[in-house]
Amino acid sequence: MSLKNKLHQLKLKYKDKKMAPAFNALHTFLYLPNETTHSGGHVRAADDLKRTMNTVILALVPCLLFGIFNAGYQHYSAINGFPADFSLFEHFINWENFVLGAWTVLPLVIVSYGVGLAVEFLFAVIKGHEVEEGYLVTGMLVPLIVPIDIPLWMLAVAVVFGVVIGKEVFGGTGMNILNPALTIRAFLFFAYPTWMSGDKVWVHEAVERAGTADAISGETILGTLAQSNPVQFSISDMFYGYIPGSVGETSTLLILIGAAILIFTKVASWRIILSGFVGAALMGLLFNGVVDAGWISESSKFYGLMSTPFWQHLIIGSIAFGVVFMATDPVSGSQTNKGKWIYGFLIGFISILIRVFNPAYPEGVFLAILLMNVFAPTIDHYVVQGNIKKRMKRLKLKTA
Amino acid sequence: MSKDIRIRKGLDIKLVGEAEKITVDATRSNINAIRPDDFHGIVPKVMAKLGTEVKAGEPLFHSKANAKLLFPSPVSGEVVEIVRGAKRKILAFKILADKEQQYKDFGVKNVGTMSGEEVKDHLLASGCWPFIKQRPYDVIADPSIEPKAIYVSAYATAPLAASYDYILQGKELALQAAVTALSKMTPGSVHVSAGDLNSSPFAKLTDIQLHSVSGPHPAGNVSVQIANIDPINKGETVWVVTPQDLVIMGELLLTGKFNSERTIALVGSSVKTPKYYKTRIGAEVSTLVYDSGVKDENIRVISGDVLTGDNVKPDGHIGFYHNTVTVIPEGNDYEFFGWNKPIFNKISTSRALTFSWLFPNKKYELDTNTNGEHRAFVVTGNYEEVFPFDIYPLQLLKACVVNDLDAMEQLGMYEIAPEDFALTEFVCVSKQPHQQIVREGLDLMLKEIG
Repeated sequence: MSLKNKLHQLKLKYKDKKMAPAFNALHTFLYLPNETTHSGGHVRAADDLKRTMNTVILALVPCLLFGIFNAGYQHYSAINGFPADFSLFEHFINWENFVLGAWTVLPLVIVSYGVGLAVEFLFAVIKGHEVEEGYLVTGMLVPLIVPIDIPLWMLAVAVVFGVVIGKEVFGGTGMNILNPALTIRAFLFFAYPTWMSGDKVWVHEAVERAGTADAISGETILGTLAQSNPVQFSISDMFYGYIPGSVGETSTLLILIGAAILIFTKVASWRIILSGFVGAALMGLLFNGVVDAGWISESSKFYGLMSTPFWQHLIIGSIAFGVVFMATDPVSGSQTNKGKWIYGFLIGFISILIRVFNPAYPEGVFLAILLMNVFAPTIDHYVVQGNIKKRMKRLKLKTA
Repeated sequence: MSKDIRIRKGLDIKLVGEAEKITVDATRSNINAIRPDDFHGIVPKVMAKLGTEVKAGEPLFHSKANAKLLFPSPVSGEVVEIVRGAKRKILAFKILADKEQQYKDFGVKNVGTMSGEEVKDHLLASGCWPFIKQRPYDVIADPSIEPKAIYVSAYATAPLAASYDYILQGKELALQAAVTALSKMTPGSVHVSAGDLNSSPFAKLTDIQLHSVSGPHPAGNVSVQIANIDPINKGETVWVVTPQDLVIMGELLLTGKFNSERTIALVGSSVKTPKYYKTRIGAEVSTLVYDSGVKDENIRVISGDVLTGDNVKPDGHIGFYHNTVTVIPEGNDYEFFGWNKPIFNKISTSRALTFSWLFPNKKYELDTNTNGEHRAFVVTGNYEEVFPFDIYPLQLLKACVVNDLDAMEQLGMYEIAPEDFALTEFVCVSKQPHQQIVREGLDLMLKEIG
């Protein structure tokens, strides 16, 4: 008997049992199910939710791989100094960087998926619904948006919180109000701030070495700018991503490649991505204008970030990652096409606003996205009201 | 005012098995069946009891709500079985057809001199009224309401649909009689939309407003055309009739006979030689399917097109409103790693490792597999691409799911029918049953608001 038939027999055996969702999740991972249409349309398009989520994961893989090498590169560069004549294959893509990066990054991925999927399976079995695919993407996003040295138990606690409070209490995938990955990050940030911000956590071992003779810097560009200190990284470093930061968000180039994949496959909304960048650039321009007009002096604590050219705001920090991969979550974002323009724009706009005016925590993307998640239904409400008003007007013209 | 309707949003689902333009007489069907379920919302009251001999056009049953609303036998013969289901619900009337058809004589009419009331009474008495459906609610028209206008779509865009220009050839006289009669019942016009105004059998008819329509499916859906010609507002009613039913109405007026003869397209990738057949309403689908032969063993026989038809099984009968019978393979099999491997043999509107965008003119052999499991609504923005209405489809569906009558009304429920959600259902990543959701929403509105 073939594997296919064996699994089919098992599926029939487990039908209506408690463990059915858990078994089906594994079964449907191997085989597209044998379900057929009943009424209405007798044929269906090829895409299902698994395929959609899988596409997002594929778009994230370049960022993950880069994050692994960058973890090693930042660590060794902080100890030995940055190479003077940087060469990609000599200094970046090498065995040393890979081993260290894999050793530090892969545990994050494993904990994120392991804990998150365990919670998902548990809820599916308790509530008797199928295991839904939402966590496949969340589980990949989480390791990419945390500092490299975050203790694994903290990550595990945060994942449990994020999945249960962020998603399952609302009814699971498709019902949540906030982006689960950002809920996890927000939990970490407010519960364990010393591990989530500051000038130590962004490079491997920087925390452990602090105060010793081997101390190394673990500061991000935004941290430097917030203190109005000169930045030691070049523009190309920022764009290609050879800078410290959360694990997978540093390389603007690879994020843009991810964005291209998502837009080409029609999985993510190009409206949100485009308007997000436009909103961020506009806010940056406003601040540049304020500096140019001389309304703010160099002694101001906001000067460093305000005077940063607006386009540089787009390639430092995690604005690009947030706009491309987090803001485009269809469940927590705006659902109407018009609403997506407004939603994306405000995310970009508010991100830079928070980034500049909150020097204690010089990144605003995750707060901006969570805020707009909350406002997305309101935006949609007014967009839909516009459509309703048009219909009412047509009726009035008729009856008048 | 004639309009030029161009639809951009939509999706032409190109399938293998288009009917060749030849028509043959189908084998005579022994049993013809009428299923009350074809008439949505009608509760049947039996008039022709078991064993009764009926002539073609004599009523089998009437609506419980309106005794004047008669449902005719498509053939003459003996009522040999009244199939009942749970709670004695009537599933089908089966008539053993006579070899020589006998027609009830309803009298030859001069359409030009008839009044609207006369036309209405004549159509009701002859059992032709069920051919007239209404928007809103997509049910058989309420004879007591005067419609704003009457719409006919003579442009078929559904996958593998029978070509109206072909099946209506030579029926111009009957069509003219029918549209003239219909035009008496409305203060507005009879709007007909056709694809090619030169070759359409409606081109030279009078008493109609002819519009041209072009674009991908659902351009041929009558709701899309209504929305572009004169959208339905709250409180308004319009009627819709399909062209093949106009022919039957026209023949009734011209000859006095209810002649249920109809040209049916037998299509689909499982059919060996797809072509057109001349048969009658309610005929056994096996008379067509076994004549042309099928390629696969595991098949689904659909009365209607693949997007909106009914699953009728190989021993079933052609539906009252259908002019297409589609046969496609069943998809009740597993596919190894079907969710992540690149896909070339299925249609998709995304490009997520699906490659149908590379071959816009390729014809596909789709089966009935859902290609995934049922999920909550997750993805947004993909319905709008195939939904050419000024309506928010996702929001309307959600309003239906939660039975929010106010929201349904405000979001445009009066303007649509379940068939308009066939394409959003096709592309739905969460595999939600859109047409069923909309049908249940419409039923609730009809019951609560009416």
